[in-house]
Amino acid sequence: MGLNEFIFLLVGLKWTVFLSAIGFACGGITGLGVALARTSGIPVLERVTAGYIALFQGTPLLMQLFVVYYGLALMGLRLDAWVAVAIGFTLHASAYLGEIWRGAIEAVPRGQTEAAKALSLKYVSRMKDVILPQALRISLPATIGFLVQLIKGTSLAAIVGFTELARAGSIVSNQIFEPLTVFGIVGALYFAMCWPLSLYGAHLESRFAAATR
Amino acid sequence: MTSLEHASPATETPMIVMEHVDKWYGEFKALTDINLAVRAGEKIVLCGPSGSGKSTLIRCINHLEIYQKGAIRVEGITLGSDPGTIDAVRREVGMVFQNFNLFPHLTVLENCTLAPMRSLRMSKAKAEATARRLLDRVKILEQAEKYPAQLSGGQQQRVAIARALCMGPKVMLFDEPTSALDPEMVKEVLDTMVALAEEGMTMICVTHEMGFARQVADRVIFMASGEIVEEAPPEVFFSNPSHERTKKFLGEILHRH
Ligand SMILES: Nc1ncnc2c1ncn2[C@@H]1O[C@H](COP(=O)(O)OP(=O)(O)OP(=O)(O)O)[C@@H](O)[C@H]1O
Ligand SMILES: [Mg+2]
Repeated sequence: MGLNEFIFLLVGLKWTVFLSAIGFACGGITGLGVALARTSGIPVLERVTAGYIALFQGTPLLMQLFVVYYGLALMGLRLDAWVAVAIGFTLHASAYLGEIWRGAIEAVPRGQTEAAKALSLKYVSRMKDVILPQALRISLPATIGFLVQLIKGTSLAAIVGFTELARAGSIVSNQIFEPLTVFGIVGALYFAMCWPLSLYGAHLESRFAAATR
Repeated sequence: MTSLEHASPATETPMIVMEHVDKWYGEFKALTDINLAVRAGEKIVLCGPSGSGKSTLIRCINHLEIYQKGAIRVEGITLGSDPGTIDAVRREVGMVFQNFNLFPHLTVLENCTLAPMRSLRMSKAKAEATARRLLDRVKILEQAEKYPAQLSGGQQQRVAIARALCMGPKVMLFDEPTSALDPEMVKEVLDTMVALAEEGMTMICVTHEMGFARQVADRVIFMASGEIVEEAPPEVFFSNPSHERTKKFLGEILHRH
């Protein structure tokens, strides 16, 4: 495998990182909204977001990407492949992160909210200053776990013709007929992204376990 | 007996008034026809068996619990008539919990400055000055930069008291502030409360510390099954209670000590 092929893989890697980052960032912002709506105590909001979460957790990511990609096209919205895929990942991530963070928000002891209320802190400050910092800490291992899943999940974007790392791999492999080498390298690149994150997640988990013991 | 008969001279509006307050948790009636008037500077000790509704009663005063019937007024503000009143009342009423409920991710100082900065829009410098003064008053200033988990229970509870005082409340509510503490730490918290009482703070304390009740209470109120059964000055309450249930309760509680 030559330098050109390797550079081609790195370009794919760049898109994988980019897609993961977009999905995580936009999904994180939307997911925060979902988590807050889910714990708002307002029945309509809670039910709508519960349905949203159920829908995206109950269907395959691949299908979600198809629906966004072809669905938007059918509606006359011709988007770049990467935009459609980014939207798909954002929706997917927002549902999962929303659910993870809902759980974390609810895991913060009720006394914290009560103390904040008794100090006449209003909702925004109660969340921003008291509940979310604690919830974030609780959710960090699960959040990192999801990020790892998301990075690997970006390979599904290949199905709608988006050239990220996995698809770059199969293109190169088809050109030079060295599937073992090529996919070995592709695998190593995924591993290099995901393994440190997993380690970090496990490290945080054990640290929190020790802290709450 | 209605609350108004207990109120001091007619010219003085009570700090807290509860009139015919009923509260249900779903089907369960937790408070029945609660009438209570607390004058400025008065110290009330609330006692009664577990589940009698003591916590529920004081939590209605700062609207941590909603009630279904009757009215509650704090400093002339009627709770719940519009959302702003809840906020207004909470700014006047400090609360100390059994489990301290300090914010674990903030230092002692930050615990004390958060609410004044957010709710009263106090500048950071002023909030910190106030916090340091009050931490000093509860004798824990040297721990200002520590996190709650690094403190003993007694120290945490004193921080919780200082945190509430930083809002400059007119009334302090205490919900069994010493019952989660190891015995050797009870005194430091009670001493803090006695000092606060001596400075003239209006206080409602749910506690079974009868020594404290004797020392500072103007009135002791005994609750059972969601009702106020008896209220009397401590001398009368302890030596000559009029209700059978009060006698039984006192018998049990004094035996334990
Ligand atoms: N959130 C709730 N939902 C349903 N019932 C509740 C709730 N909170 C309290 N109760 C019930 O209301 C009654 C009064 O409770 P409350 O906590 O006010 O009692 P208490 O006098 O403070 O008791 P303790 O001495 O154990 O703290 C109890 O029977 C309790 O089970
Ligand atoms: Mg209680």
